[in-house]
Formats: sequence, C-alpha cells, structure tokens
Amino acid sequence: MSNAFPLTRLLDRGSTIFLVLLGAFAIAIPVLNLIVPAGSSLHVSTYLVALFGKYICYAMLALSIDLIWGYAGILSLGHGAFFALGGYAMGMYLMRQIGTRGVYANPILPDFMVFLNWKELPFFWYGFNHFAYAALMILLVPGLLAFVFGWFAFRSRVTGVYLSIITQAMTYALMLGFFRNNFGFGGNNGLTDFKDILGFNVQAETTRNALLAISCLALAMSFLICRAIVTSKFGKVLVAIRDAEARTRFLGYRVEAYKLFVFTLSACMAGVAGALYVPQVGIINPSEFAPANSIEAVIWVAVGGRGTLTGAVLGAFVVNYAKTYFTSGALAAYWLFALGGLFIAVTLLLPRGIVGTLKYGFDRRAAAKSLAAEAGADAELAPTDAAPRAAE
Amino acid sequence: MDKQTTSALLYLDGITVSFDGFKALNELSFIIEPGEMRAIIGPNGAGKTTMMDVVTGKTRPDSGDVFFEEGTYDLSKLDETEIAALGIGRKFQKPTVFEMHTVEDNLLLALKNDRRVRATLLWQSSAEQEGRIDAILDTIRLKGVRSRVAGSLSHGQKQWLEIGMLLAQEPKLLLVDEPVAGMTDAETRATAELLKEINATKTVIVVEHDMTFVRDLGVKVTCLHEGSVLAEGTIDQVSQNERVVEVYLGR
Repeated sequence: MSNAFPLTRLLDRGSTIFLVLLGAFAIAIPVLNLIVPAGSSLHVSTYLVALFGKYICYAMLALSIDLIWGYAGILSLGHGAFFALGGYAMGMYLMRQIGTRGVYANPILPDFMVFLNWKELPFFWYGFNHFAYAALMILLVPGLLAFVFGWFAFRSRVTGVYLSIITQAMTYALMLGFFRNNFGFGGNNGLTDFKDILGFNVQAETTRNALLAISCLALAMSFLICRAIVTSKFGKVLVAIRDAEARTRFLGYRVEAYKLFVFTLSACMAGVAGALYVPQVGIINPSEFAPANSIEAVIWVAVGGRGTLTGAVLGAFVVNYAKTYFTSGALAAYWLFALGGLFIAVTLLLPRGIVGTLKYGFDRRAAAKSLAAEAGADAELAPTDAAPRAAE
Repeated sequence: MDKQTTSALLYLDGITVSFDGFKALNELSFIIEPGEMRAIIGPNGAGKTTMMDVVTGKTRPDSGDVFFEEGTYDLSKLDETEIAALGIGRKFQKPTVFEMHTVEDNLLLALKNDRRVRATLLWQSSAEQEGRIDAILDTIRLKGVRSRVAGSLSHGQKQWLEIGMLLAQEPKLLLVDEPVAGMTDAETRATAELLKEINATKTVIVVEHDMTFVRDLGVKVTCLHEGSVLAEGTIDQVSQNERVVEVYLGR
C-alpha cells in the first residue's frame, strides 16, 4: 500500500500545491500591504487584508464541515454555532481587555453590563481576562457542546436529514438564547468595540496583517490535521461509514465512537476559526448563530467539492468573493438569487464541485491507464464479468 | 437465563419475532455444531433473513434464546458491534462492499484487528497484514484487480470480495446470505468450491434459493416456512418431504 511513509501520505500533489499557495498568500498580502507604497498598483489595501483574513476563517469553517460531511457523511446544518461559540470566547477575552477605556470606564465590567445595571461579573466571565484561559475555552466550549450533542445523537443513531434538522434546531436555540440580554453576552448587540489583543491594537495595520498570517497558519495546520485523519485507516473507516453505515457496524466498528470523535474535532476547528474571525471583523453578535449562516457554509463546501478538503477552502473563497462583489454594488439586491442560482447550478452541472470534478477527471485518466496495463497482464486471473441474470 | 449446557456453536430456541403482528419468526429452533456447514432454504418470507438479523444483533427477538459458543454468550443482549467482535461475520444478500474503496482497502477494513478509534488513527501497514490480504486475494481470485475501486467490479466479483471480507474478519461463524444470486453457472460452481474450502476451518450457514448450488454443497439442509423449521436433513430427504415440495419446491 502506498501509505508507508507518513509525510508522503499527508502531502499528495494537490495538498502540496495548496500549502505552497497558502504560504505564498500569507507572505505576499502583508508584504503588498505594509511594504509596497500606497500609490503603487500592486498595493493591497488594509480593507482587503481584513477581508482576506475573514475569508481564511470562513475557509477553516468550510474545512471543518468537509471533514464531517465529505468523509463521514454527517451533514451538520448548525456548524455556525461552533464557529460563533469560538468567536464569543474570543470576544469575551477582547471585552475584558478594554478595561477603563470603555464608555463607562468600569475596569471590570464590560459596558453592556454597566448599562444593564449589573453590579458584578457573572461567574462564566471569570478568567477571560487571561488569553490562555480564553484560548482553552475556544477549543473546549464548542468541543464540549459537540461531544454532548453528538453523544446523544449518534448513540441514538440519528442520521441523515434528521441529524441535519436537529443541528439546525441547536444553532437556532443558541441564537435565541444569545439574543437575550440576561443571558450575559451582550444580547442583540453582541460584543464589540474591541481595543487590543495581547497588547496590540486590533485596528492597527500590522495587527491585521499578523492576524491574517496567523489565520493562514491555523488553516494550514487544520488542513494537515484533516489530511492526517482522512489518509489514515481511521479515514477509510469514515468513508466506509458514509457509504454503508450498517455494513461498517457489522464489520465490528463502533460507528458512534468514530462519528463522535470526528464531530468533536470538527467543532473545535470551527471554534478556532470563529475565534480568529472575531478580532478581524471587530464584532460578534447572535446573528452568527443564524441557521442561514450554517447553510451558506455548507454551500461553500458543495461548490468547492465535498470530500476533497482543498475544495472546501476554494469554495469558501469563491462564494465569499462573489458575495462581496455582489453585495457591494448595485447588484446587492440580487445576491440571494445569485447564491440560490449558484447552488442549483452546482448541483445540476457540477455535482462533485469544482475540485471534485477536476479530481474525478484525473482519477479516471489514471484508472483507464492502469486498466489498460492490467488487461494485458492478468485478465485471466479475474472471474469473467458476469452479465448478472435476474436473481429472484 | 443462565449459561446453557450445549455443545452447539449456535443455539436457537423458540425464537419469535413479530413486526406489527406479523410473525416473521415463530418459535424457531435449531442448532449448529462447531465445524458444520448448514444450508438454509425456504420460500420468500420464510424468515431466513430475519433469522440472520437476530443472530447478528440487528433485530432483537420478542422471546426465545440465542446462544453462541456452547451457551457462553447470549446474543439477544448484545449489539451488532459486540457480536461481530465475538466472531460472527455476515455476508448480505445484496453485495454491500465499500464502493468508493479499492478492493484491498475493503479487505484491510475487514481484517481482524483492533477496531477502536485510537488504533485506526495510529495505524501503520505491516508486512504481516499485507501478507494476510495477499492470501485472501488469492483465495477469492481477485489479485488482478486489487487496486481497482470496488464499485467498478462485476456483480460476481463483488460477491466474492464480500466473502473475502468475511474471511478477513476471521470469524468462527459465517452467515452467508444468497452468495450465488446473479452469478453465472461457472461462478456458482466456483463459489460452492470456495465455501467448502472455507468450511474446512470455519462454521458456515448459507441461505440460498439455488437448489443446484445447495446440492453441490452436499451438506445438511434446513427448510424454513412461515418462521419455523419445516424439515431438516440431507438434501434428498428434504426435497422428498411432501410439505417442502408443497410450499417451496413445487411439483
């Protein structure tokens, strides 16, 4: 088998190209923003840096969805919830960093709590003034929710459309909760007005570039983790579950344990994406939990090609670029039509998505070649291709 | 119920399963001795597949006992995964191989091995495993197509691959549901040979409609009808039984 050496297993041609491009992007954008003078035609504006940073975070969310949908067949229509929870954990840290610079200049309480006439910090805000604690929560909160949710869902063998529906319900319920002022997360307005992160001004050009580079790094690492998983025997079991769940169970695999592991990991990844997203867009509010957001993220994966990893990233970029392009001009009113049209077009014309279609073409060419070689060598070894006569 | 005193590998006693009032199995009892090969025949709806579902943990019996390995394990209390781990392998009526995986990956997934999450995450291929896969590929005569995607195999090849996957699990008991459905005569004969080869080391239960094939196997036959045993014995005894002729074989 070809997976003898771990590194070659991880980095096939497509993955290597992807990582090189991502690395080049992470270096080129800050260089073009910070070093190339503003007048030059090559200069990249700070607005674009923040925009690309946002795309990278979306790409990470798409990657986390592709891992469970593309490989394990778990269609989560509520993955935005994990993204938003990671975002809120980061937002809480950023709120605590504001200190006396807030409107009410309260050294402990964020502005919205003062406004609500709260006297002391709720217990679940404790510790968020430390970055390390916040970082832990960014992984832990989405991970724990996914673990508990998955434990019940997968053990009860909830699959397919039913699972999709309850994931929607989960994100919707969280949205309603976070909308409430007494929930303790800023209600409708969410968390915003951030000042600095780890002592650096979040608005500063250098910070924005650094955040972009860090997001690229996080995306690259997530990608490598996903590759390590899908190319392992574990990954083969996932695909087996996706294609024939009952069969996998009869082979003796504990299907729910496999799903639970990959679902929880995916939620942690989405949480990190959300955490990197918040300082770059400067706000997190309950609308991030909106079911439509989660569905949109699934569309990114479908457009790029599910079960390809690189396709998820590409899809997130392509669709979001289109969204930015459409919604910033006279065409703004038609964006939802364009998105709907895109989804229909991809489903009808490119059911494998962009990368999936390319891969399929390559694989078929390779298969045709090996089949031609095989036909010469060991045709007599294989049983004759039976024309199956009607059995029953 | 306590541990049973029986020498049987598989012991079914008074199994009843009903779906919405319809009795798929009605007080079904039979035993399979270690090393035996048994053919199960019977008309559609006789309960052959439901019997397999009960043995493999997919369906729980409403009443009755299912014991494995001389009464050591009560199968009605275990789920599919636990039963598979005990060493009961199943081949489905419709060949269900993992279509997107290559032939050798299908076998790799079936290979007896640690099935836990951590073990598969850290898995490394080894010469020993490759050797086992090679040996199975030889047995099921699919060596030439080892790196082809299973979905591209012919119907007969898929049936064989599935038998190979059963072998890879190294089960003590194999349940084989209609292995020759849709096969050519030559393939049917070859499959009978293959099953006999397998039976040299393992206990096998074969459900099949094809009477020529059952005759080729030359083993004890159990005929089911409406969820219980109608007749049991050699193929000649069973095929001369009047009730069997009436409900199943036809005149």
